[in-house]
Amino acid sequence: MDTATKYPEIEALLEKVTDPEIPVLSIMDMGVVRSVEKQEDTLLVKITPTYSGCPAMDTIAMEIKATLEQAGYPTKVKLVLAPAWTTDWITPRGRARLEEYGIAAPLEANADKQALLDGARVVPCTRCGSTNTKMISQFGSTACKALFQCEDCLEPFDYFKCLK
Amino acid sequence: MKEQLYQYLLMLGDNAMILGHRLSELCGHGPSLETDIALTNLSLDLFGQVRNYFQYAAEVKGEIGGATDTEVTEDSIAMTRYPHEYRNTLLVEQPNKDFAFVITRQFFFDAYHLPLLEALKQSKDEQIAAIAHKSIKEVQYHLRFSSEWVKRLGDGTAESHDRMQTAVDYLYPYIGELVQETPIEKAMKEEGIGADLSVVRSQYYDKVKAVLKEATLSTPQFFGFHDGGKKGVHSEHHSHILSTLQYMQRTYPNMEW
Repeated sequence: MDTATKYPEIEALLEKVTDPEIPVLSIMDMGVVRSVEKQEDTLLVKITPTYSGCPAMDTIAMEIKATLEQAGYPTKVKLVLAPAWTTDWITPRGRARLEEYGIAAPLEANADKQALLDGARVVPCTRCGSTNTKMISQFGSTACKALFQCEDCLEPFDYFKCLK
Repeated sequence: MKEQLYQYLLMLGDNAMILGHRLSELCGHGPSLETDIALTNLSLDLFGQVRNYFQYAAEVKGEIGGATDTEVTEDSIAMTRYPHEYRNTLLVEQPNKDFAFVITRQFFFDAYHLPLLEALKQSKDEQIAAIAHKSIKEVQYHLRFSSEWVKRLGDGTAESHDRMQTAVDYLYPYIGELVQETPIEKAMKEEGIGADLSVVRSQYYDKVKAVLKEATLSTPQFFGFHDGGKKGVHSEHHSHILSTLQYMQRTYPNMEW
């Protein structure tokens, strides 16, 4: 994100906007905000969806507008599709917050494929850290997640699927 | 040209929309919790893609202008057209019947959808290319899911094998239409906007044959196919879908959530 160097005060405000489905993750940490431009007296914030059908996008757009306008910045929010979002854009801090929240952060593309297709035991349990885990379903509670279970502590947990 | 682009966008969007609707009918009725969630996830992805196509289509229609007294929007495109104005293929409107039908229909569509999007990534139209880049990441997951199930059930018990073979035999005659070039697709291909279906076709049939073989299912010998959907000539099922899908907007025009 290049907004940080340009408008730190705006970035600080956007840090307060979170994904309604993963409330620990700010939209900045998720990599959903692509750019912030000042146009005369309004701000243009460009955001990109994680998945095409992500139902959180409308809410996020409204939240951005409300948050910035409350702080005195008239704002327009635009949805852009290119370049397409990838899990690589989740910041290190975002990944840490996901793990704390109980959602395993996306692995590297190769390991992800092994985990989802070959049943390789590479996704660590978010509760006990064991890699003795198995995939229950490739599709989970939201479009971006798969469902796993730990075979040691039996904890079921979400895994944020790698998207490239 | 703009009118053809508009029609082409409808073609791309309608397949996703009607299949997305068919999958949504299974919400809460899947054979297990995991497959239920998976099928509705697929549906959600498809509806997201439809919105992208229809938002763009509405923009294109706005540029064409003309004799419409109401504004064209993604919602009006989705909810107020008549059956003959939908350009989806006949495959995606086929009813759910049993899980074997659902999975086979999904696989037959996903195996086509992936190479189609691969081709559309090269589109000269930036918005279509952007939608393709976005969608393909999702569709890779769809194809993985549906082809794994085709193999698991085809190469499963005698009962699951029989049901899968019945579904394959029934749905196979519908797949030719997916890769049959219509005049609109030809024009779009020549403009560098649309996909070259002859390329998609060979990749498609290779994939279908390979997966059916691995699933120990036989590929039907069939030399013709059912078509008409892309031209707006649909099966009886289509109007039943629309009567559910359009009910709210027809009964309470312009109502909002």
